[in-house]
Amino acid sequence: MPKAAPGFPQRARYLATRRIPVAMPHRNIAAHRSVATSSPGSTAETHVEYRRKFGAFAAQAPAPQKMTTRVKGSTLPAILFALVIVTLVVHVVVIFASGHFAAPGPITADARAVDHQFRLTLYLVGVLFVSTQLALVLGIWLFRDRGQRARFIPGNNALETLWIGAAIVLFLGLGALGRKAWAAVRYTGPETGSLQIEVTGMQFQFAFRYPGPDGRFGRLDPALISAATSNPLGIDPADPDGRDDIVTSGTLAVPVGKPVELLIRSQDVIHNFFVRELRLQQDAVPGLIVPVHFTADRVGQYDIVCTQLCGLGHQKMHATLNVMTESDYENFLKTQAASQ
Amino acid sequence: MSGPVKFRLFSTDHKVIGLQYCFLGMIAVSTGVVLSLLMRYHLAWPKGHLPFIAGGIMTPEQYLALVTMHGTIMVFFVLTTAPQNAFGTYFLPLQIGAREMAFPVLNMLGFWLTFAAFVVLLAAFLVPGGAPISGWTAYPPLSGLGDITGPGEGAGQTLWLVSILIFCAGSIFSSINFIATTIDLRAPGMTLMRLPLTVWAWFFTSILILLSFSVLFAAGVLLLLDRSFGTSFFLPAGLVVTGQLQTHSGGSPLLWQHLFWFFGHPEVYIAILPGMGVTSQVLANFSRKPVFGYPAMVTTLGLIGLLGFGVWGHHMFVSGMNPYSGFSFSVLTMSIAVPSAAKTFNWLATLWHGKIQFKTPMLFALGFVSIFITGGLSGIFLAQPAVDNMLHSTYFVVAHIHLVMGVAAIFGIFASTYYWFPKMFGRAMCESLGRWHFWLTFVGTYCIFVPMHFLGVAGGIRRYADDSGAGYLAALQPLHTFMTVAALLTAAAQGIFFYNFFNSIKNGEIPGPNPWNANTLEWTVSSPPPPDNFGSEKIEVFRGAYDYSVPNSAADFIPQNAPFDSAYDTIPVTPQRES
Repeated sequence: MPKAAPGFPQRARYLATRRIPVAMPHRNIAAHRSVATSSPGSTAETHVEYRRKFGAFAAQAPAPQKMTTRVKGSTLPAILFALVIVTLVVHVVVIFASGHFAAPGPITADARAVDHQFRLTLYLVGVLFVSTQLALVLGIWLFRDRGQRARFIPGNNALETLWIGAAIVLFLGLGALGRKAWAAVRYTGPETGSLQIEVTGMQFQFAFRYPGPDGRFGRLDPALISAATSNPLGIDPADPDGRDDIVTSGTLAVPVGKPVELLIRSQDVIHNFFVRELRLQQDAVPGLIVPVHFTADRVGQYDIVCTQLCGLGHQKMHATLNVMTESDYENFLKTQAASQ
Repeated sequence: MSGPVKFRLFSTDHKVIGLQYCFLGMIAVSTGVVLSLLMRYHLAWPKGHLPFIAGGIMTPEQYLALVTMHGTIMVFFVLTTAPQNAFGTYFLPLQIGAREMAFPVLNMLGFWLTFAAFVVLLAAFLVPGGAPISGWTAYPPLSGLGDITGPGEGAGQTLWLVSILIFCAGSIFSSINFIATTIDLRAPGMTLMRLPLTVWAWFFTSILILLSFSVLFAAGVLLLLDRSFGTSFFLPAGLVVTGQLQTHSGGSPLLWQHLFWFFGHPEVYIAILPGMGVTSQVLANFSRKPVFGYPAMVTTLGLIGLLGFGVWGHHMFVSGMNPYSGFSFSVLTMSIAVPSAAKTFNWLATLWHGKIQFKTPMLFALGFVSIFITGGLSGIFLAQPAVDNMLHSTYFVVAHIHLVMGVAAIFGIFASTYYWFPKMFGRAMCESLGRWHFWLTFVGTYCIFVPMHFLGVAGGIRRYADDSGAGYLAALQPLHTFMTVAALLTAAAQGIFFYNFFNSIKNGEIPGPNPWNANTLEWTVSSPPPPDNFGSEKIEVFRGAYDYSVPNSAADFIPQNAPFDSAYDTIPVTPQRES
């Protein structure tokens, strides 16, 4: 009966000693090849020959070494590191603090909550960024080779526990705080009586559908979609709910101060609905209708852009969010309804 | 096949294969950089005439094709190929005291599949319609319906998918090989807790590759079926593209995103873990100190890998996925910051009370730490779904991914190259050219990628071929110009590296077998190593990998194979006379 292979932990040793010599293929250096091929099949011999020709293994005994040997030229790199990293830190802090590059002011309470969370994150990350980068510079400067002997410090459990604990509290705490701003838009539904508007992405434009006076959207049938008959969404003419639906493109008009629920969908590929002032992005996914809601509190015109790669016209896919007064909004709907 | 072709091309020697991966990575990274420079030039000067571009002035679809190919080449053929397969294949057996990988033929097969995948991918540029425009993430339905959705979505997208499938197969083969080799072929005495951190990193990366690329392979097959055989895994009913109603029904576009990012997020760690390993190794080596908290460093590598499988949903916060799962993905993502922070602090502590020698590999390792801090911290913003509401798909994400996954990993690759070059080629790279290369690259990459954060916060959107869409984008144009100038200069600085690399192979100084006074086993063999590594030499390991500056020892390093009570353990009684 064959002897069973030993189990762990002898296994590594067993496998290492059991290795069968094979004709070793080798690197692409001609000299090496000539050595190896001269004694095919015998790795032991190959190896001895190889060592004779190319030098022995690193000696088992250390070369005499003066412990305080100094490698010259360690001050310039330390200064350069300090220079580069301090410049970086100062620039990043000053530019973020100046607020020169920032999204325009938020126009909803939810967007302000996002901004709040963003600032909180910015402060925490800013402190960590500055302190760790400067610690790196400090370490490089203090412990550059000046002929000293390095200290043998394999670790420090207390210290490691401390900073792992601190990281858990800081990062998970920050994450938990961020829940509120997310929940406000995505967990909770819209206020009752919200104005519903359907947003449809298509290559490469947005279409907006208002339910009309009856407050109900008509049925859609993709087979009826036709730009020629000016039915870009495929509203079923047989459905009475759809007869008063108003479809616009280019402008999403909403009344100021009124809760609005957007039903976001797509009819070809994935698009995205992004308005910086709402601090809101939502993919428009074919096959899904994703609701998001907001209450805009400032009259104005804001860019709607597509941020999900949707084809060669992706960067041109644009519309305007027009937040208007209640009366302007009524007029807008009337004009649009007349032109349908 | 016989003779030189077999020896040089179809060798099963892990060292030859490692070099093959290395050169494939160099070709791929050069291609990827050229593509990115074309994009950056176009973003800064949209009316400018460009080489390699049909028609001279770039069209939006050509821009998107470059976006796709740049991402794919860099992620797959550079960041997966170089740190793991090039240096891992070459040095894993040497570092654990093995004579070969466990499956040499599988090793060779892995390389040739990767090479074939690269050729198939580049072929996408040449087919009618050109390269695909759907990005490296290839979201269906854009990528699932053929050329009706856009140029490049026909044959180009199919070739892209086939290339990815071949690449998956190659990577899976090579990862199985890594895992088996690490577990089974360690020399006697090379216990798990004596492994160099590079080996731990390659080992965890292999597990990530095995699990994640298998899923990408399956997803790729499904997408190919959708495209070519009329199935509807990712395509819902009622799609109307350019006025034509599609016949697909019943699929889910989000399913692809789940499958893709189940691969895609571990992929980030596949790119960065080997860089973390080599940074630990190099920091210890050139601080002449043990790695601070070795057990914690091993644990955090494993934890990052493990948690990496639970966070894919943070790419999908605004995708229409259930918002509750969005929040749980956010919590898991935040918890990855914990082991990452622990690693950073341990690296800093490794420097403390050290004796820092600024050799070129050390410069890149220190650069890695700085870049990893900068790039990693921006992830704290993106990990929160509420904040992601305003930063998703902006240049903020581009800055984050490029710094933490791209530049940091590339710095790891550069550190590895300068560190192991003497071992691979028997000659050293020029130190002063190396220093110039480092400082120009370090400053240059910060100049390219830091402004992207500002651009993103202001609402600059990625994957836009020009700023004609929204009015506010034009105001951000000066940032683009600045970044493009920085990118051109930084790319030019890489010429120093290539010159140094190829010149040193021929003319570099010949160092001893252990030029850095390092402990790990690869430094105990001659440079370059013999064909059979250790041959019949009985290799036995007695120590951990980072015994630097051990008190009462004769030298400030002790090779792993030095027995106890060897000459290393005692200070000679008579002082050494200085020569």
